[in-house]
Amino acid sequence: MGMVQTFGMWGRLLDVDLSSGKVAEMKVSPVTYRMFIGGRGLAAHILWRELGRRWREVDPLGPENILTVLTGPLTGYYPGIKLSISGKSPQSGGVVGSVVSSHVAYAIKACGYDGLVIRGASRDPVYIYVRDGDVEVRDASRLWGMRGVDLIKALRNELGRDAPSIYIGPAGENLVRTAAVMARWFHAAGYGGYGAVMGSKKLKAVVVEGSGPLPPVANKDEFVKLRYEVIDRVASRVTFRRWGTTSAIWRVGHDTSSEPVRNWQEEWHNKEEFNHVLIEWRYWAKNPWADWSCPLACMKVSKVGIGGVTYLSDGPDYEMGAYLGTNLGVFEVDKAIALSAMADDLGLCGIQTGNVMGLAVELFERGVLTREDVGYDLRWGDFEGLRRLMEDIAYRRGVGRVLAEGTYRAAVEIARMKGVDPGEVLKYAVQVKGVGIGAHGIRSRKDYPQPIAYAASVQGGDHTSVAGLPANSEESESWSAFLDSAVVCSFTSTDEDMMIRFTNAVTGWALTKEELYGVVGPRILTLQRVMLLLGGPDVRWDPRKHDDNPPRFYEPLPSGPYAGSFVPRDEVRKNLEEYYKQLGWDENGIPTEDTLKKLGLYDLADAVREIRRELGAG
Amino acid sequence: MASTQGQIWVLVDYSLCTGCRLCEIACSLKHEGVIWPAASRITVYEDYPGCPVPHYCVQCPDYPCVSACPTKALKVDQNTGAVLVDTSLCTLCSSCVQACPGRVPKVVKGKQYVLICDLCGGDPACVKECTRAGYNALRVIRKPQGTAIKHYAKPPEVVVMEVCSRVFG
Repeated sequence: MGMVQTFGMWGRLLDVDLSSGKVAEMKVSPVTYRMFIGGRGLAAHILWRELGRRWREVDPLGPENILTVLTGPLTGYYPGIKLSISGKSPQSGGVVGSVVSSHVAYAIKACGYDGLVIRGASRDPVYIYVRDGDVEVRDASRLWGMRGVDLIKALRNELGRDAPSIYIGPAGENLVRTAAVMARWFHAAGYGGYGAVMGSKKLKAVVVEGSGPLPPVANKDEFVKLRYEVIDRVASRVTFRRWGTTSAIWRVGHDTSSEPVRNWQEEWHNKEEFNHVLIEWRYWAKNPWADWSCPLACMKVSKVGIGGVTYLSDGPDYEMGAYLGTNLGVFEVDKAIALSAMADDLGLCGIQTGNVMGLAVELFERGVLTREDVGYDLRWGDFEGLRRLMEDIAYRRGVGRVLAEGTYRAAVEIARMKGVDPGEVLKYAVQVKGVGIGAHGIRSRKDYPQPIAYAASVQGGDHTSVAGLPANSEESESWSAFLDSAVVCSFTSTDEDMMIRFTNAVTGWALTKEELYGVVGPRILTLQRVMLLLGGPDVRWDPRKHDDNPPRFYEPLPSGPYAGSFVPRDEVRKNLEEYYKQLGWDENGIPTEDTLKKLGLYDLADAVREIRRELGAG
Repeated sequence: MASTQGQIWVLVDYSLCTGCRLCEIACSLKHEGVIWPAASRITVYEDYPGCPVPHYCVQCPDYPCVSACPTKALKVDQNTGAVLVDTSLCTLCSSCVQACPGRVPKVVKGKQYVLICDLCGGDPACVKECTRAGYNALRVIRKPQGTAIKHYAKPPEVVVMEVCSRVFG
């Protein structure tokens, strides 16, 4: 393409091998950035290049896996901040592009790098310390075992100041597959289970302090102009400014019947305690609260005291309020906040953990799990029992050992323990391809209207990366793939024209909408799709069976204004076929060789042939 | 002491600061032409969640930094009251940092002179940015008389603790 530089990026990553302690530099060419954008797309590209030939054998929790910590061309420039975390997922066996709001994202660029590629595994606990051009792998034995709040304090004492960091809590150390990569007390890269990947590498934290400037942009005048336009637009989203996603705990449940209630047995509630106006006055110590460069400030710091213990958390934001509140039958807001604070401190993804906890309580209620299995009773809304269960998962104690494997694997294992068909337990598991579904149901069609939102997603149940028709619109997963690759916050993102103009102002590219939906998005999705279908070592997804909703979504909603609604199977099938077709995938959702050629992914051809052969489809 | 008539001052309301650091971005874009948080003349400290503290020069009436400078690199802009750095005279000796009650002047890798807020000649970019975002934690007011402004000149870690006790009790 004739370019010598990608504006907005440095073109180099830190390549840290924790087995040997060696640090190298990995170049990323302008052509690679143009093809895969950055973040999620670049992660998939690097993972395929480094591990593709042995993808199925690679244990996500073994030293061979690679953890990527990446920025994208919009990181630091577009208002709002995200950092991309990826690797082979211990949940799906594919590549999940997870994001977290973290100051590490701009700090790494201020060090002169676009990100880190972390491979191998240390024998003893370590943390990576990056300061401008210097990288050290430091001893973390004193930090191992610490929960989030204590860890941040300890790092501050050790460094003498507050420095941007991502880190894991005990859950990641204990290889819990629902463990998150955490940042800034309450922020999590939850989807994918990358906290466990850090734990498997004995990597407690990555601390980054950069004192340099961000890379130059291609068109500064245009960039400055668009930046003001975005700040003006985003600053006027006043509902979000005032209540953040907390405003959805009432709305999504009560108004749209799309909120998980008691492990998705219902999606409607009328619990006025969850009204954000009440939550604001009762529990918020600080509002609004923002991440780096954010004119939206959807964060809030909440504080509650229960039984003499003080819990600090955010919000609860919508996902935590739903998954650690309504989904567990917890309708007392202070207790939902406390569970959210616990999940943060233990380094658990509140969505995945709330999902598997909901499964456990339902199984207990149905008599599949018993007091002998658990050691205590599990009941909807019982704070003491739920608190204990969350700790048991984080420390892999008792039944927590099984639940720590995440919803899909736990369901299969419980069926094995009980000597029943896996389907008998999986019918209560609300997940797709190993990833628990985010707190947005699709039965009422009033919140997430697409019936294939999760069934066709290359990130399974990830509610931030859903599929939909038409494939050449913001409804398609190409849009999320683009945002996660440009690495920008979806809450501060604006319309596609603005996002594309902004990207071009920073990078100097001539990206168009047609290219975004016709080539760049499908390229990233196709690459992720193939790696997901390869899977392994312990999971293998058959698209004819697993490109589907959880069984629960075919049960009619039992309550609320949309009682009786369910997802029609024939519509799922029809939309899947159409979606595959629009992306250039065959009738089973396997990319065709023509598509691979068109997208510049022909090195996937052997893998695709193997997948097709296994399906017996030619 | 010179007259402060016509001079401006940047007032901070800690309870309104969201910790977003848009001020740092605006400052570095204005002074350095790039996004360079470390080279921003205003710095936000946030050692505890929800307790951000914007920290910058408050133009002490007695200007201890100016008196402490051994090379006379610092002088007071009579129009705005801001401390101006003569970039050719500054030796980065840090005497001004030591003399400052809030350790405000910044010595940053890649800059050959100390960085101190120049009030953007009377129209501070940080304040405009904070206003644009609708946070209004920073505002321009008429320069207050007397020594009361020294309340705003404490080291950041001290202010962080004060803000924290107010947020969390």
